[in-house]
Amino acid sequence: MTGRKTAVTTPYTIGVPPFRPGEKADFGGAFKEQPEDLPRPDPAKSTAQDTTAHASGLVRVLTDEHEAKGEWIPDISTEKLILGLEYMMRLRIFDDRMLKMQRTGKLSFYMRSFGEEAVAIAQTMALEDNDWIFPSYRQPGAQFVRGRDMVSMICHCIGNTEDNVKGRQMPVHYTWKEGRFISISSPVGTQFSQAVGVAMASAYKGLDEACITWLGDGTSAQGDYHYALNFASTFKPPVILNVVNNQWAISTHQNLATGGRTFAERGLAYDIPSIRVDGNDFLALYSVTRWARDRASAGLGPTHIEVYTYRAGAHSSSDDPSAYRPEDEFKYWPGGDPVERLKTYLIKSNQWDEKSHKQLEQKIDDEVMAAYKEACEYGDLASGPYPPASTIFTEVYETVPWHVQEQREELGK
Amino acid sequence: MAKMNMIASLNSALAHQLERDENVVIFGEDVGYFGGVFRVTAGLQEQFGAHRVFDSPLAEGGIAAIAMGMGLNGLRPVAEIQFADYIFPAYDQIVNEIAKLRHRSGGEFSSPITFRTPAGGGIKGGHHHSQSPEAQFTHTPGLKVVYCSNPYNAKGLLTSAIESNDPVIFFEPKRCYRGPFYGDPHKVPTWNSHPDGEVPEEYYSIPLEEARIVKEGSACTVISWGAMVHVAEQAIKNSGIDCELIDLQTLLPWDRDTVVNSIKKTGRCVIVHEAPKTSGFGAEMSASIQERCFYHLEAPIIRVTGWDTPFPHTTEWDYLPSPQRIADAIKKTQEE
Repeated sequence: MTGRKTAVTTPYTIGVPPFRPGEKADFGGAFKEQPEDLPRPDPAKSTAQDTTAHASGLVRVLTDEHEAKGEWIPDISTEKLILGLEYMMRLRIFDDRMLKMQRTGKLSFYMRSFGEEAVAIAQTMALEDNDWIFPSYRQPGAQFVRGRDMVSMICHCIGNTEDNVKGRQMPVHYTWKEGRFISISSPVGTQFSQAVGVAMASAYKGLDEACITWLGDGTSAQGDYHYALNFASTFKPPVILNVVNNQWAISTHQNLATGGRTFAERGLAYDIPSIRVDGNDFLALYSVTRWARDRASAGLGPTHIEVYTYRAGAHSSSDDPSAYRPEDEFKYWPGGDPVERLKTYLIKSNQWDEKSHKQLEQKIDDEVMAAYKEACEYGDLASGPYPPASTIFTEVYETVPWHVQEQREELGK
Repeated sequence: MAKMNMIASLNSALAHQLERDENVVIFGEDVGYFGGVFRVTAGLQEQFGAHRVFDSPLAEGGIAAIAMGMGLNGLRPVAEIQFADYIFPAYDQIVNEIAKLRHRSGGEFSSPITFRTPAGGGIKGGHHHSQSPEAQFTHTPGLKVVYCSNPYNAKGLLTSAIESNDPVIFFEPKRCYRGPFYGDPHKVPTWNSHPDGEVPEEYYSIPLEEARIVKEGSACTVISWGAMVHVAEQAIKNSGIDCELIDLQTLLPWDRDTVVNSIKKTGRCVIVHEAPKTSGFGAEMSASIQERCFYHLEAPIIRVTGWDTPFPHTTEWDYLPSPQRIADAIKKTQEE
């Protein structure tokens, strides 16, 4: 962990990021924390107290030499790991294609998950199929795990005639009820306390379901984050509350998000077991999330997780990070690349090989290209066709009230 | 005089205020080192120091609350809410606390805050980067509500807003940051060749609570604010009807005299705003106008507004009032 850096500029303290443009990024080498540092408490009995060291430390499974070590090695098949690798590769290739579409005017805006592919994918794979997903805008990868068709995702991003939200929302604001993937909203953090409510409803109905949700380090400043922790602490429903600490909220470094200790440690004060995990270590993420899910099944309620990662790309297609951080900062960040790390581990442990990897990459490339072409047949932003204007007026209410109906007739479309 | 777009003119107003009043502080999300996602505060931290222009944690409720605390203790905070759509976590602090502080404390305390916030559609921002929530604030006694429309009035009005001892919600039409908007999404004119892009580099102010007559006319009064001023201007041209165009500039308290005098002259009125119609500020104006001008009105007052629906993404040009819809309304007022 890099230490908090603040510059005291009289009369009060202003936080500063570790490096600015033109400076050399130096995070002091590899993570100090090692996979064998932290025990894995029994999920069916664990309390917040058992996670004190986990909240200030860092749960890892993969070593810097790409071997799996320690008590947190998950029970996961080779087949499932390769599937996880495939989803992450697909997300990266998909993201690159979408960004190209944005640059050529085929869609209005885009946000990549670059460098954070493991987060939603490993975590969703660790859950049960009927668990609820309440994402922020940087967890679209969960949809791959649940089997969403890429054509449908691209149609949403374009906002064309096949967009399931009918051109109403900006790109990346996916909704997919079939996959229990709840509608994304731009105001940041709102989903966090809503997820607690989703979990309370599951508990009310007596179902063994959990709800997982995420927000960013910057967003953890919002009231919704603190409401969520307090309600989860009070009612103890089966919810998994993740702070994705990717260091940057647009231009705001995590050092400006809070002057406190690690994000994970905040959960301890609410008596919620809290774990800080290497967010680019697929195995560790899977393992910690499964542990949280097992706690939920055991009736112990919420778990709070800080996913320690790095936003390798821009915040969005509207952002230029070179204006506020060194352009090559990601290269020096010790957490590495989640895709490369899983791939190297699998090859080193003889579960995978370069040739299969190349073939898989080609297969995904072809699939993404085919999906992109098919989606564009239903219209792109530059040339249409778009959803009919009548979609402005429908589903505002369950039925269209007279005043909205009148306005629809006035538009005459 | 210099050529400025609205971003540069707002930046100039802020720089003058920082220079003239050591109690002015500016903060919000991304406004410090980076200079704001729309670049309105670019260079100000470097020039005036990090304790005067700084990045805040991402919490609009917190931003509003610290602004109130700073303001009641002698500072003059200028807080940026990155998009007007994101002002609602601050709504309780603004509506229940900041707006009522002077009154609730028997006049002993007040907090002179300016909330700057980019508002309005036309940038493919969907539900949450397009709304124009002025009416949510014009319904709140204790606030002043300002909506600029071009680089010249943006600078002058922001200056007065910051100098006001009452809290001000200052809306900036983001579609017009770099150029006027005439309702055609495929045309992107700049402020460079527009007379209101001529902005004095030195300090000046434009009084709050005064409307601006953009163009005089005799057949119909068209009232608007923000980006829709330009769309209305285009509609008037297209209609070929001799309309008087009023840019309201301050919505609360609004310049009723200018509006009433114009309608007494024209006998007809069209109100244009991009926010939804129901309980929009056009409703308030329309009610007041009929109270004052009933015997002068030759035709019903028509409102041309955004629909009573959430703001859409791909179909936004069917949502925003278009020159065609406005021109049709103007023509309709002539039929009576």
